[in-house]
Amino acid sequence: MNEQTQMDKAGADKADAARRKFVGAVAAAGAVGGVAALAPGLHLIQVSQATPTPRAAGEAASNKVRWGMLIDTSKCDSGCTDCVKACATENGINETVKDARQASQWIRKIDIKEPKTDHTHSLPMMCQHCAEPPCVDVCPTGASMKRADGIVLVDRHTCIGCRYCMMACPYKARSFVHEALTEQNPEVPRGIGCVESCNFCVTRVDKGMEPACVETCTKAGHNAMLFGDLNDPNSEISRRIAQQATTQVRADLKLNLGVRYQGI
Amino acid sequence: MLYAVRLALITLATAIALPASLSYAAGEGRTPKPVIKIENADTKCVAPPEEMRRNHMEMLKHQRDETLREGIRGEPVSLNRCINCHASKQTGSVLGSNENFCQTCHAYVAVKLDCWDCHQPKANYKARVTNGAAPASHDKAASTMGAMK
Amino acid sequence: MMNIIQDSRKEERLFYVLLALGGLVTALGGAAALYMEHAGHVVTGMTNQVVWGVPHVFAIFLIIAASGVLNVASIGSVFGKKLYKPRAPLSGLLCLTMLASGLAIIMLDLGRADRLIVAMTHFNPTSVFGWNVILYPGMFGIVGVYLWTLMEKKMNPWSKPVGFAAFLWRLALTTGTGSIFGFLVARQAYHSAVLAPMFIIMSFAWGLAVFMIVQKTMYAWNGVSVPDLVRSRMKNLLGTFIAAVLYFVIVYHLTNLYFAKQTAFEQFILINGGIFPLLFWGGYLFIGTLLPLFLIYHPAIAAIKGSVFVAAALVIVGAFCQLYVFIIGGQAFPLEIFPGMTVSSTFYDGQIEHYVPSLPEMLLGIGGIGLAFVMTVIGVRVLHFMPQDDLAKLQAGGHVLD
Repeated sequence: MNEQTQMDKAGADKADAARRKFVGAVAAAGAVGGVAALAPGLHLIQVSQATPTPRAAGEAASNKVRWGMLIDTSKCDSGCTDCVKACATENGINETVKDARQASQWIRKIDIKEPKTDHTHSLPMMCQHCAEPPCVDVCPTGASMKRADGIVLVDRHTCIGCRYCMMACPYKARSFVHEALTEQNPEVPRGIGCVESCNFCVTRVDKGMEPACVETCTKAGHNAMLFGDLNDPNSEISRRIAQQATTQVRADLKLNLGVRYQGI
Repeated sequence: MLYAVRLALITLATAIALPASLSYAAGEGRTPKPVIKIENADTKCVAPPEEMRRNHMEMLKHQRDETLREGIRGEPVSLNRCINCHASKQTGSVLGSNENFCQTCHAYVAVKLDCWDCHQPKANYKARVTNGAAPASHDKAASTMGAMK
Repeated sequence: MMNIIQDSRKEERLFYVLLALGGLVTALGGAAALYMEHAGHVVTGMTNQVVWGVPHVFAIFLIIAASGVLNVASIGSVFGKKLYKPRAPLSGLLCLTMLASGLAIIMLDLGRADRLIVAMTHFNPTSVFGWNVILYPGMFGIVGVYLWTLMEKKMNPWSKPVGFAAFLWRLALTTGTGSIFGFLVARQAYHSAVLAPMFIIMSFAWGLAVFMIVQKTMYAWNGVSVPDLVRSRMKNLLGTFIAAVLYFVIVYHLTNLYFAKQTAFEQFILINGGIFPLLFWGGYLFIGTLLPLFLIYHPAIAAIKGSVFVAAALVIVGAFCQLYVFIIGGQAFPLEIFPGMTVSSTFYDGQIEHYVPSLPEMLLGIGGIGLAFVMTVIGVRVLHFMPQDDLAKLQAGGHVLD
């Protein structure tokens, strides 16, 4: 009986080992096949860290590229303001204001509640970098401009501070500087009497980096924000937009936005 | 009587104007002459001083459009590079006193420096890190729009 | 023949007193503008939500009334009504001075008022503000030429075609001013084509009211009363214009409610927005529309001396109330970025802004009125703008009922 049990046990062990080996082999094959199927020729890490390449010195921005952002609001936590803090640090938005309504906010978190169901979610809102920006249409001096690669920004050399663009923006993306500033970041000039807004951290983008908000969100592990080239069909952002449903805020205005959201 | 008054007035005017004009002609007016202190004297500017004095405004104006509107980076003319080289070693800035590089000439010729309303005049400046730009006084309770609906 | 003398001693003394008073008001406005420019807009009540405040209310009133005051001249030159022809020079002068003051307020309120040359040398053709850079100076030019055709005898035959050109230019200019707001597609208060004709009709009403007040005052200071016929024709015209403005205001609100379904915004403006319903119903509707209509059309009241003057003044009060509700109410109500949702953020999304005008803003606006006043007083003193009516001649010629 013992011998039988021993033999059975040995047989069972052998069967287990064989099964384990088989499962292991299948798993390995599956993993390799899965990686191969997921991103032919690319590693997973490379996919998630795809960043813009720096432009050569002396080379102008071109419309072959269109910068855009994708925000997955399901990954966005209501209490989290990492993107807002990163933007403020990067762009030198550090002045103390007496009246908080006069404070500049290039990016802000909006908490949205559906009144009938009380479902809430949160998302960051910044300049949507429209392809047909109303702010560019109404600026009398052409200071509000769209660069060839789709980034909408204010040329503060020409801005006269009339605030018409602030009236025209459907997203309340623009801020007016109400007071003299002295602590600007040398890379991000900003000053009294001019209007300003999110510019996708244009200085960083030109150096081949991502906007500060996206980088901080990714580094902190939230992964709610993705930045990339909308004109490149192989970029992560283009593929995600092609595969999954995304929304443009106030799509009825038909402004063809550079920023899209998921989950609203 | 009138003749005497006129004579007195002319004498007075001459007494005031003549020394001033003479000293101006001799190059010593009331306005202090610029103190041009080149901090990094062993390096070269993008162009010789005579050319820079005449054309630096045109160079900057042309370059700012290329950089901002067209996105061309890495050109030899760069305001930040000017500041980092020319800033005074004492104050760390190109503004602040009439001995600082930009201010010294511009105060003399009375041309307002518009750049520094937006551009940072201190060299190699690291902007103060904030703990977030979200103003603290906002009340996060239900918005009035909700109350109205 | 009725001849009005403008060079008496009493008038000369009065001129200097008026100049001093107007100059003081203008100087205060100038000081306020300097303060705002030096310290920045932090000293104003304007914020990142209400970006255009009280100075814009004053400026837009002046610009619209400037366009409308030229109507008096147009009725004479373009539509051939002889009774209005002697009033054309004063109408032209008021147009110039009010337009200049309105523009002065706007330009002094700019965040970078020192960059006016930039504004004039950089032109964006898609911007209504950009068109205004052409329309406003063009208006100065055309009205200047028009005044020349009116006041120099050998140029008089040209007054009709130039008057016509001024009339068309004025329509373009006022349509442009209305379109500043009408083209703002994202704002509930503004994105409406009805704003362009509404601004034109408002200009007719407000311009005529201003003209009637200035005319009556000038006559009084010269010891003459306004001829009965002039008074009754103008008062009836004012009544028509007030009614037309009311029509457009009703159409505007109905459009917002029924076509655009902006119920929340209309509720805010008309019912529970605090100061805004008060100014709309009490200021614009009651004081600015119903009361003047009553004063103008009630047969017994209209005959009382001064009732028409009061009616015109009330129209102007109503105009300011209407503009305050339109410009500031339209911004105080939060921008609807997520229609149908309740929102909140640190940038005051979803929150109604409680705008409080600051003293520098009020002084700048009132200073603009002071500037128009000073320029008109000087203009009237230097040139003979007093309407010279020759009633006997008109009556004999049978032209009065044109």
